[in-house]
Amino acid sequence: MGRMRPTREGYSEGLLAAGWESPLVVVLDADLASSIGSEGFGQVFPDRYFNVGISEQDMIGEAAGLALAGLIPFASTYGVFAAGRAWDQIRTTVCHNNLNVKIGGAHGGVSVGPDGATHQALEDLAIMRVLPGMSVLFPADASQTKACVLAASRHQGPVYIRFGRNPVPEIYPEGCSVEIGKADLLSEGRHLTIVAGGVMVSEALDALPLLVSRGMTADLINMVSVKPMDEDMLVSSAKKTGHVLVAEDHQDSGGLGGAVCELLCSRCPVPVERMGVPGVFGQSGSPEEVRESFDLTASGISRMARKMLERS
Amino acid sequence: MGSGMVSAPRDPGIDLRRLCVTVRQDIVTMIHNAGSGHPGGSLSAVEILVELFFRQLRLDPSKPGWPERDVFILSKGHACPVLYSVMARRGYFPVRELGTLRKMGSRLQGHPDAAKLPGLEVSAGSLGHGLSIACGFALGIRLLEARAPEGQPAGEGRRVFCLLGDGELQEGSVWEAAMTAAHGRVSNLVAVVDRNMVQLDGPTEQVMALEPLESKWAAFGWHVVPVDGHDLDALHGAFEECRSWSLSASGPSVVIARTVKGKGVSFMEGRSAWHGKCPDDESYGRAMSELESGED
Repeated sequence: MGRMRPTREGYSEGLLAAGWESPLVVVLDADLASSIGSEGFGQVFPDRYFNVGISEQDMIGEAAGLALAGLIPFASTYGVFAAGRAWDQIRTTVCHNNLNVKIGGAHGGVSVGPDGATHQALEDLAIMRVLPGMSVLFPADASQTKACVLAASRHQGPVYIRFGRNPVPEIYPEGCSVEIGKADLLSEGRHLTIVAGGVMVSEALDALPLLVSRGMTADLINMVSVKPMDEDMLVSSAKKTGHVLVAEDHQDSGGLGGAVCELLCSRCPVPVERMGVPGVFGQSGSPEEVRESFDLTASGISRMARKMLERS
Repeated sequence: MGSGMVSAPRDPGIDLRRLCVTVRQDIVTMIHNAGSGHPGGSLSAVEILVELFFRQLRLDPSKPGWPERDVFILSKGHACPVLYSVMARRGYFPVRELGTLRKMGSRLQGHPDAAKLPGLEVSAGSLGHGLSIACGFALGIRLLEARAPEGQPAGEGRRVFCLLGDGELQEGSVWEAAMTAAHGRVSNLVAVVDRNMVQLDGPTEQVMALEPLESKWAAFGWHVVPVDGHDLDALHGAFEECRSWSLSASGPSVVIARTVKGKGVSFMEGRSAWHGKCPDDESYGRAMSELESGED
């Protein structure tokens, strides 16, 4: 197995890099700095760092005000609180005013496994991507998370970045870049398109040889930009393969799978299977155990792919 | 003239009491014309906004985005008719545009939409947002002013004002922001509470009691300035006290303006029924003549 790194480490590095790049970057926390890794920014740039305590709604409002003053605020907390607790502030203050606020949704999906259902952000992509003007990024590893932070910092407008807690395999090299609205085609095949985000990208990569052993090849799209989505890449792949499988550690409705279906049903209606959390809450367990309970693994993807292709 | 020298005239040379009557007539007329809106909490805040826009805020209506302006954040967004009227009377846009309130395509949305109307700092409508925004804005200003090159005359720094409703203080997020502002000693921030004692469902003290309000703010670390919110001279004194307090850099201040909901229209005064009700033709006529004759 290759090198493993937690994506939050990439977030932390990204904040520092963005901070060196622009003196306008400021960082806000809500008492989770040491957990997320954003405290490093505060040590290097103390005058550009604000910890508001356990008050997510205020954090987003403060970030909005800092953006109005001309700064580039990154406000971070666990995704479940960032997207959920402060949704009204994000909708009506950040998005309606199209403010330059960046939101770090840490510990996304089931990556915070043992903490249990209350802390597992499984709805954040859905409730963020529905907001007008909001961009949603879903990096696959630590290096790509760092690149997402830099892309967000250079972008004018609100961005939500969803990343995780636990070490995941490094797919991308240090110094890789991300463009908002562009996906990454990691593998090319003929029979099936696999669309994945976050930790499921590395699971999907592991699924590819399992498929090959059964005589199947797949396009693998890392949909790092959930919104705006790389429509052309997805549509041309779906036209070629005729079958799409989406994998995400998120509810199987409303998130990446929902976004893919919304696009394809009008531009290229092909069968789509959505692998995710099937409308239930998670539970305590290691992230791997919890994902396995939802079949969100390389072998789960491989089984679903075979089922899909056998049907057709 | 250097841009740093432009400021709101301390003595605007116009009769502000007469202006308050005009603003109240604007409010009632706009809402009657629109067929809906919130007269009560607009009428209670007239003197507050007139004092701010005509004697306190450093602003230039011809340059709404002027980087050295003071900032006004309306947190109780439903009171936008009073803000629109005062902005029009201050010269931000033509007074005749007030007749478009709440109409399709208007820049004067039912709740403020900053993308549509230059001069509005931020959209508002969901209560409990404004004080956080204002505090963040003030923090940002402080950070950027601290970076100003040495030797540049410091002068009086930019300030941020935020008008809150009293019922709005029931939103917990207001107190999150109150803690942040005091903790960070954000002394270029001034909050104003329109303490009109009435919210949509009834008197605040019946719906969800706010008293003792002054000691609540004080306990949160704010410099509290209580004032009669309909007395222009007293308001002026209160805001001048806040100006001095800002210079002391000790922390934020809050003006608790004791007001009357629906002030100036007898049948609206103190009545929750007029929080968000449009006057019919007959009520409108009575309101307008009362306002006219109520002028000394």
